[in-house]
Amino acid sequence: MDLKLDHRTEDRLTIVEVEGEIDVYTAPRLRELLIDLVNKGNFHLLVNMEKVDFLDSTGLGVLVGGLKRVRAHDGSLELVCTQERILKIFRITGLTKVFGIYASVDEAKEAHGKDK
Amino acid sequence: MATVELTFSALPAHVRTARLVATAIARRTGVEESLLDEVRLAVGEACSRAVEVHRAHCPGEPIRIELRDDSGRFEVTVSDHAPSDEIKPEQPLDLGMLSDSFMSGFGIAVIEGLADDVEVFPGPKGTNIRMSWPAANGV
Repeated sequence: MDLKLDHRTEDRLTIVEVEGEIDVYTAPRLRELLIDLVNKGNFHLLVNMEKVDFLDSTGLGVLVGGLKRVRAHDGSLELVCTQERILKIFRITGLTKVFGIYASVDEAKEAHGKDK
Repeated sequence: MATVELTFSALPAHVRTARLVATAIARRTGVEESLLDEVRLAVGEACSRAVEVHRAHCPGEPIRIELRDDSGRFEVTVSDHAPSDEIKPEQPLDLGMLSDSFMSGFGIAVIEGLADDVEVFPGPKGTNIRMSWPAANGV
């Protein structure tokens, strides 16, 4: 399955919807979107991974790169993910300690609201 | 004798095909359904790494995968022809050191975290990554 990307802004939070496979072939498109959003002043990103079928270390690299970019502007990049097969790769690489990972968009928005 | 051999040019688009072939043969060989996601991810990581090093060193050379079902195990070997001095031992996580372009060390770490049995054979003329999982029956 190819990669589908969409995004919307709610309050100060930009929600990036990702669907499909994030791998060495498709990850550059996600990287371009994240760079474009940051360049346009969106520094608080929430990436919804609930419809992601596959994620490899290239995809992880893109998310880490996005996190570095938003942090340079005192921003945040957090994730929504409950799929065990996707969470496993975050655990193996130790990235569960780097990203905020939420069970739903609403849960992330609530936590983000408290941080304001 | 290898059950299936596959060669493909060093293009990112072919990595998905390699993943699909490996997963289909793993299923046919009797690898448990619960392990198929691990096979898919580990083979994808090994192929992604091979594609990246070939694009840097020898873009015209093909990458080779062998899929075997010897001795009750499903075994996959991914072979590249690029110098392998880029494989580094695992290091503590440092966000500032991570690159969003190529995380070869991460790829190997992921494979080691996923496969039941992994051996990496680096050499000046290329790297072989051999990984295997238990399988119930032959092809």
